[in-house]
Amino acid sequence: MSLRRPAKNQPENFEFNHSSLEAAKSIVAKYPEGKQQSAVMALLYIAQKQNDNWIPLAAMKYIAKFLNMPYIKVYEVATFYSMYNLSPVGKYFIQVCTTTPCMIRGANKLVEACKEKISEDESVLSNDKSCSWMEVECLGACVNAPMMQINDDYYEDLDKEKTLKILDKILNGQKPTPGSYRGRINNEPENNRKTLMDLKNA
Amino acid sequence: MLKDQDRIFQNLYNDLGPDLTSSQKRGDWVNTKEITDKGRDWIINEIKDSQLRGRGGAGFPTGLKWSFAPKEVGSRPHYLVINGDESEPGTCKDRDILRFEPHKLIEGCLIASYAIQAHVCYIYIRGEYFVDGQKLQTAIDEAYEKKLLGKNAAGTGWDLDIYIHYGAGAYICGEETALLESIEGKKGQPRLKPPFPALIGLYGCPTIINNVETIAVVPTILRRGGKWFASLGREKNTGTKIFCISGNVNNPCNVEEEMNIPLKELIEVHAGGVIGGWDNLQAVIPGGSSMPLIPKEKCETLTMDFDSLMAEKSGLGTAGVVVINKDQDIIKCMARIARFYKHESCGQCTPCREGSGWMWRMLERMAKGEASKDEIDMLGDVTKQIEGHTICAFGEGSSWPVQGLLRHFKDEIKKRNKFDPIVKENKNIPYLVDQHLLDKNA
Repeated sequence: MSLRRPAKNQPENFEFNHSSLEAAKSIVAKYPEGKQQSAVMALLYIAQKQNDNWIPLAAMKYIAKFLNMPYIKVYEVATFYSMYNLSPVGKYFIQVCTTTPCMIRGANKLVEACKEKISEDESVLSNDKSCSWMEVECLGACVNAPMMQINDDYYEDLDKEKTLKILDKILNGQKPTPGSYRGRINNEPENNRKTLMDLKNA
Repeated sequence: MLKDQDRIFQNLYNDLGPDLTSSQKRGDWVNTKEITDKGRDWIINEIKDSQLRGRGGAGFPTGLKWSFAPKEVGSRPHYLVINGDESEPGTCKDRDILRFEPHKLIEGCLIASYAIQAHVCYIYIRGEYFVDGQKLQTAIDEAYEKKLLGKNAAGTGWDLDIYIHYGAGAYICGEETALLESIEGKKGQPRLKPPFPALIGLYGCPTIINNVETIAVVPTILRRGGKWFASLGREKNTGTKIFCISGNVNNPCNVEEEMNIPLKELIEVHAGGVIGGWDNLQAVIPGGSSMPLIPKEKCETLTMDFDSLMAEKSGLGTAGVVVINKDQDIIKCMARIARFYKHESCGQCTPCREGSGWMWRMLERMAKGEASKDEIDMLGDVTKQIEGHTICAFGEGSSWPVQGLLRHFKDEIKKRNKFDPIVKENKNIPYLVDQHLLDKNA
């Protein structure tokens, strides 16, 4: 288990804006009547997106009212799942996978790069408050190791140099192109493909 | 090597495009109605004949699982739930199905829903795969537009709605009952079984839960016949499987191959060999991080299927092959896996919650050579205290890799950890310290 605590400085109010409200309503409609509690995970995502990548307690209270469920149940969910950020993480949130398959392909170099460019410790905002980084568990792109995730996008097949370049772009306020940084468009064995060759050449 | 025409996932490398028109050219959705017209019993029997075993890790026979669904729909509706919470370190096969072969999955959902009489299907995708999930959503929208989903889906007379539910970074939600809890909007903590989900599952209704890959191969099996599928691989370990080969290989890749393929062929032919040559191989984790590792000597002759790996006291799991060469510190690799399990334990059962952290701390110190020699056996004891004493299989999943390390690399640990506690060296051994105090994120 990992221990997760909400941030000390909390905004007093939270409300869905118009587009969030629309999205929330369409999500509640996915579940059977009376089972609207199922939408809590998706609604927390919406709140997180609306509120610069983190969920304040006020949002949990708002969602509890919205779904007509006890606040503590929302709090439970928000603190259980690791993708809900309970304190500010910046506009760009960088997650470096360091689980064994990435580790043995040099994920620690990516961590070094983050330490150099963003902040010495994980989950600490950079000087300009625009981004933060943290080590996470397997992100499920093991054949593209080492890799990291920035907000929703995967950045794969990295090394230290490439990571530094990506981080530079972010610190300059640009969005780097997601995907593989060795030019892969799929998970085939590079230059060594032995299967489905007819289709490749077609 | 498997013949190309026997590969189910023709678009595994996205040569042809994942959209509906290209999928139809590959044979998806062509005669869905003909398949469902043959009836539920025919579908379930054909899947039983194919001897398809679940691709999510446990390898439970799929046809048998489907036959557990009640024959008549009572007052409670049936549900089909697809498990796409792929989080096992070393595994990334479902991601390629979601982004490159979404229509195989959607068609499989329709056929499976028909077979178990479900009108609603939830696809649970891990939150990190948001972009890939959006690609699946595009495919679902496309299918709705062409009337392949919704009322009278694909002309079969069966109504089906498919919804995507995103997870939020909890490995445990890959456990089927935890996944159901998560869809219900609760913490992902596994339920006690029985009752099994086939009778009391999502919202207390009969629910069948299958892995993405399992469902995606169903339409092809029904088109080509269970006998064709059963002719690949070997008895009880039939068909094809997507293998993910990662770690210290020259060309890490996903490849669809026949079951029972030699591990050496997988690594040497498809993945371009071990970095530094075959002799530089140290160990292989054959089926995702929860399966015990296998040392090099055994890798020479090992074949990859459920039963032959079981005989080696390991398992096929999700077929995520992680290759570790001699440049790596094997104890450190396993310590990192132990840290993964410590992080992902849901905290419901004490042996797992406390034990996973215990194993991690001991292994970390063993990697540094700070453990006493008595602790090596104690670590084995700890794994035995966890295994079999938890609600779900996470207990086994977290202790098996450690047991594998102890089984095959005990000498390596002993060489590094010679310190004898009887000789007082005043080492700080934090057995009884609450693990939260040691958590640097706290």
